[in-house]
Amino acid sequence: MTDALAAPGVVEGFLAASVRVATPLLLAATGETIAERSGVINLGIEGAMLAGALAAALASTGAGPLAGLAAGAAAGLLVALVFAAVALGLGANQIITGTAVTLGCIGLTGAVYRRAFGAGGAGLSIPTLPTVELPGLSALPIVGRALFAQPLPTYLALAAVPLAWWALFRTRAGLRLRAAGEAPELAAAQGVRPGRVRTVATLIGGAFAGLAGASLVLAQVGTFAEKMTAGRGFVAIAIVVLGRWNPLLVLPAALLFGALTALQFVFQAMGLAVPYQLFLMLPYALTLVALAGVVGGVRAPAALGK
Amino acid sequence: MSERLATLAKALAAPAAALALGLVLLAAGLAAAGYDARAGLAAMADGAFGSWYAFTSATLVRAVPLVLIGLGFALALRAGALNIGGEGQFLAGAIAAAWLGVALDGWPSVLAAPLGLLGAALAGALWMALPVLLRARYGVLEVISTLLLNFVAEALVSLMVTGPMQEPTHVYPQSAPIAAAARLPLLPGTRLHLGVGVAIAAAAALAFVLRQTWWGFAVTATGAGARAARVSGGIRTARVSAVALLLAGGLAGLAGGTEVGGVAYALYPNLSPGYGFTAIAVALLARLDPLGIVASGVLFGALEAGAQAMQRDAGIPSVAVYVVEALAILLVLVADAAARRRQGTMAGVSEAAA
Repeated sequence: MTDALAAPGVVEGFLAASVRVATPLLLAATGETIAERSGVINLGIEGAMLAGALAAALASTGAGPLAGLAAGAAAGLLVALVFAAVALGLGANQIITGTAVTLGCIGLTGAVYRRAFGAGGAGLSIPTLPTVELPGLSALPIVGRALFAQPLPTYLALAAVPLAWWALFRTRAGLRLRAAGEAPELAAAQGVRPGRVRTVATLIGGAFAGLAGASLVLAQVGTFAEKMTAGRGFVAIAIVVLGRWNPLLVLPAALLFGALTALQFVFQAMGLAVPYQLFLMLPYALTLVALAGVVGGVRAPAALGK
Repeated sequence: MSERLATLAKALAAPAAALALGLVLLAAGLAAAGYDARAGLAAMADGAFGSWYAFTSATLVRAVPLVLIGLGFALALRAGALNIGGEGQFLAGAIAAAWLGVALDGWPSVLAAPLGLLGAALAGALWMALPVLLRARYGVLEVISTLLLNFVAEALVSLMVTGPMQEPTHVYPQSAPIAAAARLPLLPGTRLHLGVGVAIAAAAALAFVLRQTWWGFAVTATGAGARAARVSGGIRTARVSAVALLLAGGLAGLAGGTEVGGVAYALYPNLSPGYGFTAIAVALLARLDPLGIVASGVLFGALEAGAQAMQRDAGIPSVAVYVVEALAILLVLVADAAARRRQGTMAGVSEAAA
């Protein structure tokens, strides 16, 4: 056991895998943080992620992985637009609208995928994003490769975190956005248009979710499969709560989830006969425990979901 | 009585119209994608209603879990709680039913079959106990906790069928088949099992409770406005919604029980093709009305049965029906919003969900 841990690369490999798994979650959760701060909870980001993944696969096949990233973000934005039209434009229940949007995306991506790549869709290989090593930094011991030898989306995600925090908490636009999420009537009296602010925040969240789906395809899995997001969008929503609706705390929450998922690789490397399903459960179960510990002390945006 | 029938007809007209419109949009989409939409819809109708066997053994068999889970979702939402974890509770019930079905070998059928269903319902309620506790004690949104537990349940099924519950030869990722005594009786000449009776009875019971009992009134009052119900009605709203959630879990677990006892006869991964999510559409289209949910469940059962036929006979991916389901939900939401705007009041689904 100790031998396996001491073996070169196990810890580094674990950290790198944690960051790789965390990247799509971090992207989606950062976007959803912005949406939720404006008072919108969007369960449709699971569908937006899936749409982003398929759009990325299609665009990358035709025009390369960078076009794939852009197409993913655009697809996520379009999905969020449908959600915004029904939930915000018409004032329908956000949870139900989001569930319907996700359901529709599962059907639509499945049908389009089979139409585009055939019934089996097997053997689909997509041009992916290469690992970009930051000179110098990637040579740092232990964390070097985990943080600084990753594909482009990881850097985008890491850069988005401080940017989102700054925009939310240090700008006038961020203040208005949070006002829409805490007290929309009061904000309206101050000249803020909560409906418009929320729509913009939702669209930003959708674009992030689409980007998350694209990064899943282009930087993690390398192919598209039906329902491939497998609940990652929903997990991102839990991560937002875990991160107390603050991008700077959402980052460690996403990394924690990534690390819990990556644990299975370590245990495999150590040759322990622990059923892999336990590791499938672990991140979800511990997120629940963490939510119980965290939520007691914090409050969601007062007008969330209303 | 005729008034009651008229209300029911009205309740059925909306989901039927929403589904029909959804189907029209699907046909347009299929045609645009170069499929033979006419052949697809014909295969769908044939697969769902083409024969007595198709209607009972495909449509109604699929309707049973949808109705049971949908009833639970409706009850919880009427009490102001959103259960997005029907899938997980269904699987918890299925695990219990499969375990009991094997363990009760040698018991008389009149005991083994009901015990399997009872165990499944209890397991579903138990699976809901954690979200209820987290909500009451720590304020964790049940939307998130029930959702997360879906993934835990999926992994648990996988763990069970490759571990403690794996069939004796240890080759296939599934449980041993349940004992003949634990299987639900079938309607002769079909694959329709007793679960259909269970679902109808559950709907009738829920309709009675909601309409005729004090607790049913407390549920509606809690959902309509927890604060008002607590302050001026003296209703213990937290307890009412907790019980409603536990019952919702129990109904979804029961659906897992009827599926294992009446259809699958064993536990295996992918037992549910997404019943937990489709059931949300079933309940919403019926506007959370228990008897309406039976009708809406049959419509969705037909849709899913038809989708299988469509894929088999016309080569159109069956996943496309999810688009119809999503469109149907969105259409109901849009119609409700329009009605609300017209009346200037809260109405329909949104009222119960607010």
